[in-house]
Amino acid sequence: MSITLTREDIVRLCERVEGAQTRAYAIPKLTNEYPGMTIDDGYAVQSELRRRFIESGHTLVGWKAGLTSKAKMEQMGVNVPSIGFLTDRMARPENSVVSTSDLVHPRVECEVAFVTGKDLAGPGITAQDVLDATDYVLPAIEIIDSRFSGFKFDLESVIADNGSSARFVGGGRPRYPKDLDLRALGVVMEKNGEIVGMGASAAVLGHPAEAVAMLVNILHDLGETLPAGSFVMSGGITEAVAVAPGDHVIARYQDLGSVSVRFGE
Amino acid sequence: MDQNIIDQYGDELYQAFVERRTIAPFTERDPDISLEDAYRIQLRFIQRRLDAGETVVGKKIGVTSKAVQDFLGVFQPDFGQLTSKMVYQEGDVIALDDLIQPKAEAELAFVLKEDLKGPGITAMDVIRATDYVAPCFEIVDSRIRDWKIKIQDTVADNASCGVYVISSCKVDPREVDITLAGMVLEKNGELYSTGVGAAVQGSPANAVAWLANTLGELGIPFKAGEVILSGSQSNLVQVTDGDELVCTIGGVGSCKVRFEGRSAV
Repeated sequence: MSITLTREDIVRLCERVEGAQTRAYAIPKLTNEYPGMTIDDGYAVQSELRRRFIESGHTLVGWKAGLTSKAKMEQMGVNVPSIGFLTDRMARPENSVVSTSDLVHPRVECEVAFVTGKDLAGPGITAQDVLDATDYVLPAIEIIDSRFSGFKFDLESVIADNGSSARFVGGGRPRYPKDLDLRALGVVMEKNGEIVGMGASAAVLGHPAEAVAMLVNILHDLGETLPAGSFVMSGGITEAVAVAPGDHVIARYQDLGSVSVRFGE
Repeated sequence: MDQNIIDQYGDELYQAFVERRTIAPFTERDPDISLEDAYRIQLRFIQRRLDAGETVVGKKIGVTSKAVQDFLGVFQPDFGQLTSKMVYQEGDVIALDDLIQPKAEAELAFVLKEDLKGPGITAMDVIRATDYVAPCFEIVDSRIRDWKIKIQDTVADNASCGVYVISSCKVDPREVDITLAGMVLEKNGELYSTGVGAAVQGSPANAVAWLANTLGELGIPFKAGEVILSGSQSNLVQVTDGDELVCTIGGVGSCKVRFEGRSAV
């Protein structure tokens, strides 16, 4: 761990991110003010944010992996994915209307989500360990929302901003991983009836379970484990697509059914 | 267009094919060439190959993705004829020496067990008439200089068909969701791209139905036993000596090809 920020700086940045998230406004990327900020500093801010949310009554329900596609990692100049935490307050039911007035610039991605049946603790967790510990997989739509102005950000800032986590919708059909080809699982995302994203699950680090394994290993570096019953989103298979009030999004998955969500003011 | 010119253009394509060289696009020389003229040129080109001893073994459908249709400014696919000399068996090495400027595409192949006689064919008829589907690679090749093709050029040039190889992984289309089946393409052991069946006209079965109806209008037979390459689910992949490609279609299986030698361009 290489944390360069002081405790005071971490709290300051956390309050800045928390304000942007809860009151839905854009802020400049944190590295403008702290150019020497490291990835570990980013996680320190994120951990402080998690501590505060839990302290004020939010329940931690799981985690998400981000920057899991080769294209996105190259774009960000990194070779590891990022992670963020998920709370009950971010969950929305399938086919519900998600409000956009409390989001800055929401975008949607479709992902394979895992629900664990056993505790997982790094280091050295492999994709096979993840599959062995998985209760079931299900399709999910993640609504990401970068709080940084003009989509100008870097990995350190994104991690501090909880990996752009905002809302998520799980749904479709729960399945055992052993009954699926989780590597070549096809996905079609439609917005208002038009196809806006297509791909197969291998787009996520070659196999979505690889992303979950990396997530558990990053959690170890943060001094955390993944308890049984956690909900984990493994990373976007398709490009993130912007949404606005009135939009309807449906993600159709091979062998996992579909998930839909609508957007309102 | 006068039949003499049609024949002359078809013969030019045949000579270019035999001598492994390219010719100037027809649309450069004859900007008013119609799509119908282009198919008549294709018929002549194919007739020359049949006269030289080849037989028709199937059809290929091209220009099936929205991206390629937008690029070529058309709203429907095109087709070409597959002949006996284009067939490679799984495990064969594809000889680049026989090709001009090849590129590879991953597709789902259909093999018919009943004739499909359009017009009036729907996707449901296609499923009924299909013996099996299998992953395949089409190696497209253009006899037109630098692939500078407009839709009329590629249609005349037998929809830029080169050679193809079909996997021995055969699946009944009732046993797999061909619309949502994911496609994973690897080049030399690394993930290259992913896709899904819906990229082809919303579903590969829609492309085959379009073909049956189009062939019906033209009076071209579409017989039991024929192979149909339903349209690319990947981007075009450049291939050179020693390259190995593997495509996996979720729930169907994989197809592997190796390339050796040097193409003309």
